[in-house]
Amino acid sequence: MTTTLKPVDAVLVGFGWTGAIMGQQLCDAGLEVIALERGPWRDTSTDFATGFAQDELRYMWRHHLFQNVAYDTLTVRNNINQEALPMRRLGAFLLGTGVGSGGVHWNGQIWRFLPSDFLTKSHNQRRYGKKSVSDYDLTVQDWGVTYEELEPHYDRFDKLCGTSGRAGNLNGKIQPGGNPFEGARSSEYPTPPMIQTYAPTLFGNAAAEFGRHPFPHPTGNLSEPYVNPLGAQLGACTYCGFCEKFGCGNYSKASPQTTVLPYLMAKSNFMLKTECEVLRVELSPDRKRATGVTYVNSAGEEFFQPAEMVILSAYVLQNVRLMLLSGIGQPYDPKTGVGVVGKNYAYQTMSSVNVFFDDKILNPFIGAGALATVIDDFNGDNFDHSGLGFIGGAYIAGMVTGGRPIEMIYTPQGTPDWGLEWKHAAAKNYLKSFSISVHGSCMSHRGNYLDLDPTYRDIHGRPMLRMTFDFTANEHKMSDYATDRAAEVARAMNPREIKLNRRTGSFSVTPYQTTHNTGGAMMGESPRDSVVNKFLQSWDVPNVFSMGSGAFPQNAGYNPTGTVAALTYHAAQEITTRYLKNPGPLVQS
Amino acid sequence: MSQPYGFDAPPAPDAREPERRHAIPHPPQHSTNLGRRQFLFAGAVAGIGSAAAAALHDGALGGPAQTFRGAVPWVEGTADVPPGASGSGYAYFTPAEVAFIEAAVERLIPSDPIGPGAVAAGVPFFLDRQLAGKFGRGDHFYLVGPWAKGTPEQGYQSRFNPAQLYRAGMAAIDHYVGAHFTGATFSTLAAADQDNLLKGLESGTIELDGGVDSKTFFAMLLQNTKEGYFSDPIYGGNKDMAAWTMIGFPGAHYDYKEWVPRHGERVPFPPVGLKGRPGWTKSQS
Repeated sequence: MTTTLKPVDAVLVGFGWTGAIMGQQLCDAGLEVIALERGPWRDTSTDFATGFAQDELRYMWRHHLFQNVAYDTLTVRNNINQEALPMRRLGAFLLGTGVGSGGVHWNGQIWRFLPSDFLTKSHNQRRYGKKSVSDYDLTVQDWGVTYEELEPHYDRFDKLCGTSGRAGNLNGKIQPGGNPFEGARSSEYPTPPMIQTYAPTLFGNAAAEFGRHPFPHPTGNLSEPYVNPLGAQLGACTYCGFCEKFGCGNYSKASPQTTVLPYLMAKSNFMLKTECEVLRVELSPDRKRATGVTYVNSAGEEFFQPAEMVILSAYVLQNVRLMLLSGIGQPYDPKTGVGVVGKNYAYQTMSSVNVFFDDKILNPFIGAGALATVIDDFNGDNFDHSGLGFIGGAYIAGMVTGGRPIEMIYTPQGTPDWGLEWKHAAAKNYLKSFSISVHGSCMSHRGNYLDLDPTYRDIHGRPMLRMTFDFTANEHKMSDYATDRAAEVARAMNPREIKLNRRTGSFSVTPYQTTHNTGGAMMGESPRDSVVNKFLQSWDVPNVFSMGSGAFPQNAGYNPTGTVAALTYHAAQEITTRYLKNPGPLVQS
Repeated sequence: MSQPYGFDAPPAPDAREPERRHAIPHPPQHSTNLGRRQFLFAGAVAGIGSAAAAALHDGALGGPAQTFRGAVPWVEGTADVPPGASGSGYAYFTPAEVAFIEAAVERLIPSDPIGPGAVAAGVPFFLDRQLAGKFGRGDHFYLVGPWAKGTPEQGYQSRFNPAQLYRAGMAAIDHYVGAHFTGATFSTLAAADQDNLLKGLESGTIELDGGVDSKTFFAMLLQNTKEGYFSDPIYGGNKDMAAWTMIGFPGAHYDYKEWVPRHGERVPFPPVGLKGRPGWTKSQS
């Protein structure tokens, strides 16, 4: 039996970064808002206090803060000729759950995409010819929104987080010490960059000598105390080296908990329900309007929550799945190319170069999630791709996120994985090695998509999401090129030796790569080629909005959270200033 | 209905929805001058409260559905302290399995003057407690059928949970050894033969019976061995933090700010674990 609850103005499905930001914006506009989160309540003092936060086994390897795949996972295959099988353990990506979700255990790497990243199709066609984007069956598109439109919203997120960094382009003027390739910023970062440790400093020096343009990684691990516009105070990072996969016990990492919740939870027009999983969005008989959501709580009781507006603010994989389960939009068929929901799923193309010294103690345990010196010379279209045979690029970062020894011991090329030789290599190299990260874009491809699995079901009996994905020749060429550029800088540091960890072979669910899944609910200029409009509003059901990286038509060579947040603010502004006065399509199709 | 957090009652139509409070006994409150870390661990060490707390925090279903309104909630006695390992002796491994596991992990991480071997570091005890507990039961594994072998890229596709995989894997290896080295078990083989056998498992060239994929078993054994070697000592391995000392990792150290600009200097701190380190507790007892 389903119990019908009192109607609300807006229901948020999932309560991580996008739910928190949208909840705050809608509550400030006076709406009655309810958030439904399928995981538990989480907060710093209870769940990851400093006294027990630095526990590699529990958080990283036992997945203590992550989505538990015992109850809900997805199926994965590399292409449509394979049978998709369940991802039975987390590996390649570490999905969040609970209040704050991935915003609790992210690294805090805060990026803006390049202006040209929003014009992937038209920009590359103009510069490199039509074939540049049609090779390899790429299905890249423009976003339907521009960097200039998003800039004020990127700025809001920086001010929410207190992002530490140095501007490279302030109102069109290139600034020393920042990223000269970035789009124009309207203001300097709220806090100065983190102080760089030895390895990132060596990387930056070598990169500069090589003619590159190093700058400190913009970070949500704060360099100094900061009070944000919502009155939330963050402390200065202590460089303990437990960020990604961990909660910050020191209130130094920007998260929904440290930036939004103290404000939002106090609002009388906001309510949060935990351990409540939304099963589907309910539609009116003509399927043009959502009437609310049906959810089940952890006791197995089912409720219908009527709402004037449904905000899908879960992770990309859940948002897309809920659309497919609810019949919102036309599912994509890779054989015919017809349909849009699930289309253009993409990821991130990661590789690295390990650097080993004999004579330099690097102390890798002095780290932070975004402690790095970066070069952006080979990202996006910051370099001439003529004759290279690929589009896209990567940032290259001398990065020290920590020295957690189960995960982060680097051994030279040819070292076995066990035995005395391994142990000796670990003991010899731990303090004197580090890794250069090559963080590459991932273009969308005709054969990469999300749909519902025909066989496997979750504990509620709903079909699991099925992911069909592999890296394409474009990604392999891009990654090899960028990895070679990283190796040049590595060699210029005069180490004893280096080791290249190239992106080879097919996508595998086992080794951790990055939790940057994108696409499947992409934004665009028309309902023919997108799921949502530039304000993340469903073309088909205009009172449904889908947040998050699902909106990316392809993924740029940066971490997605900054852009996810900017898109959320951009949507929120349009909802509160235009939509509420006249609910309906915000863009005419 | 009680309002455990002192918040607004939910609107009337919600009255059917259960609203429960954490039924967790308070950890013992000591009035001595215990350090912060020790205080946080008081509940776990005494084995009180930790199990109930874990069930509420660990991404698992079954925690109570709750409604929050009006403030950030906080409830005393609910800190999600780590579970740790307790007791002595083996809870999961049989004597025959102990012989196998002690021999195998010592080949994976042998002892020599550079640093401890896996046995001296307590890895077998760590593995035992892991397999006897939630990890052994596969609490974060999806273990529902149908099953297929899958491609290497599709990862773990065994129907065994880790405890079952270890049990079947250890039996299958000794079965294989018995068939190829008359009357022997893995633990009675010479070190060189043990190494060759482990390499055969690692590469998958040795095929095991009992439904055990040799590469899958070896990968889990090696990963868990390194976990036991390098994880916080509360889990029963990394005895005396000797593995951390070997590589130079200071452990759960909290604040390195003053060391950030001191490029190339060796940080002199001895390792510290979540429970502190022996020097701390001695001086305070």
